[in-house]
Amino acid sequence: MFDTHALIAILIMAGVTAGTRFLPFLLFPRGRNKPRLILYLSQVLPTAVIGMLVIYVLKDVTFSSISGFLPELIAIAVVIALHAWKKQPLISIGGGTVCYMLLVQQVF
Amino acid sequence: MTAWKQAALDTLPVFAAYLILGMGFGVMMSREGFSIWLTILMSIVCFAGSLQYVAVPLLAAGASHATFFFMTLLVNARHIFYGLSVLERYEGSGLKKPYLIFGLTDETYSLVCRQPYVKGEQRTGYYFAVTLLNHLYWIAGSALGGILGNTLRFNSRGIEFSLTALFVVIFVDQWQNTKRHLPALIGLGMTLISRVLFGRPHFLVIAMVLILIALLLLESIRPEYRLDVNILANVEADQEDDRV
Repeated sequence: MFDTHALIAILIMAGVTAGTRFLPFLLFPRGRNKPRLILYLSQVLPTAVIGMLVIYVLKDVTFSSISGFLPELIAIAVVIALHAWKKQPLISIGGGTVCYMLLVQQVF
Repeated sequence: MTAWKQAALDTLPVFAAYLILGMGFGVMMSREGFSIWLTILMSIVCFAGSLQYVAVPLLAAGASHATFFFMTLLVNARHIFYGLSVLERYEGSGLKKPYLIFGLTDETYSLVCRQPYVKGEQRTGYYFAVTLLNHLYWIAGSALGGILGNTLRFNSRGIEFSLTALFVVIFVDQWQNTKRHLPALIGLGMTLISRVLFGRPHFLVIAMVLILIALLLLESIRPEYRLDVNILANVEADQEDDRV
């Protein structure tokens, strides 16, 4: 099925998505004197946003049952422990993911 | 190491996640009866994972175009933060700049921000490689999902955790690289508070507002968090140069 209504909807989503990504660059073009506030934000936002993303990807966690949060909790602990120990992102991410997959598929 | 080699290595976790998540999207689209070309087109022009997932049932239900407009704004408003924090990094990236901005997903953003930034340094080649590779993984995943449709048997349940793990690793790295932890805690805390108080549909937009307010308060009550004078000095020096 190739439907025109869906095609237009997809183009609208593409346009709005690009809009959210381009907006800051349109507001503060290259070379233009950027307000102090924006420079301050560009300094502190990256760390704040990664904190936001960590919670964002965990948005489906629930505390109504043990299987709703324990696999995530254990796997995140594994990621942090591996990362503190080896300092190799691929080992931490791969190890944590395999651990999580085993937990949700075999244990919980 | 060349920019492409480094990018290929750094994007490995994104490769795993995008391939599987992209396949999930492709399978959903094909189960709703959409043409594979529509699936591929959407992954090329939108390149926004969570939006594409949310959109499938709405597309199937033939929701109004206004619905898509507002839903996209809501789901993707967080991108405004990304742009604001890479304004300086992406300056001077020339012809590649529009594509870098177009492809600024959560994962691309997080890899770009993980690189230590020195003012005036050009890492355009690396940023471009990361953006393009991630885009290709996403397109390949959704095409594969669209083709395989219902025939898929591999039990990949839980592999989406690689994204969580990626963000946790970046969070830990950033934490260890600074003594000033309040911005990271603000991001974590404000999002957690609004998820608990406001529920899933709208918490992210509210969290963004809370984060902004908290960061602005932080600047006015804790002087050590104010704009780094060295960065400011460089900016002012640049503006001097512009005048000459």
